[in-house]
Amino acid sequence: MKLQKASRFALYAVLHLAGAPAKQHSTAEIAEAYGISIHHLAKVMRTLVRSGLIESVRGVGGGYRFAGNLRRTTLWDVIHEFESLESVIDTPASLVGQSAIVISGLDCVTSEIDGLIRATLDSITLKTLLRYGVESIRRA
Amino acid sequence: MIEIRPASLADGRAIVALDAEITGTDKADYWTDIIERFAETRPGLQRYFLVGTTPDDDLTGFIVGEIRAWEFGSPPCGWVVALSVSRGHRERGIGSLLLEALCEKFRGAGVETLRTMVLRNDKVNLSFFRGEGLAAGPYIELEKRLD
Repeated sequence: MKLQKASRFALYAVLHLAGAPAKQHSTAEIAEAYGISIHHLAKVMRTLVRSGLIESVRGVGGGYRFAGNLRRTTLWDVIHEFESLESVIDTPASLVGQSAIVISGLDCVTSEIDGLIRATLDSITLKTLLRYGVESIRRA
Repeated sequence: MIEIRPASLADGRAIVALDAEITGTDKADYWTDIIERFAETRPGLQRYFLVGTTPDDDLTGFIVGEIRAWEFGSPPCGWVVALSVSRGHRERGIGSLLLEALCEKFRGAGVETLRTMVLRNDKVNLSFFRGEGLAAGPYIELEKRLD
């Protein structure tokens, strides 16, 4: 699985904000923390605001803060704002005979894999992922 | 204050009602059979049916588990067969209390691994178990339609 840049940036931002829900962070702060493009992140932040996962705070010290439910929002809730994660097999316009069998078989396998990936991402809440991170660092 | 205790046959009606509240299906015969087989544990059976109750003995949730061994080579392992918490008592840690009580039974029986199977789109239960530290294991569930 390879996430698009927008999905990765969205996960960074939402998890960064969810990790400290009482605080506000600017786009520049988040972009610097993860070494990513501030311009690309700004577009991602607008989508996240529209989705209700984060909200913008105006005024001095303004920025963004997490607006979702840490224990209910899953990684998939964030990612599906940007992509469907459905595998695409490039196929010719008309399939007959052996090529139809091959492509149909591959479609079955990729849809099974897609389903597993989606279920996995939809089972991990932001809270659980943040805990994975803490525990992983503690073990290291 | 929630008390976790072994289920008894007297809990049957409340368990059936709680399950029907969650699943929308009344499965009285099924639960009566499960309670008879799991609640009245005998030495060596390694089956557990625990309930969480309020001080007034109202049912808030239940968990069912058993130790299974050597299915496709798996060493003895504690299975969560069912877990349910009443909608009115959620977000209070009752599921965690029930799971921990079951894990304690499994540990006492010398089991080191906890396992369960959850429907792929059952987000509530999947994220609950993930939050309790469960992750994908070494087995893959496979099935086939028989029609």
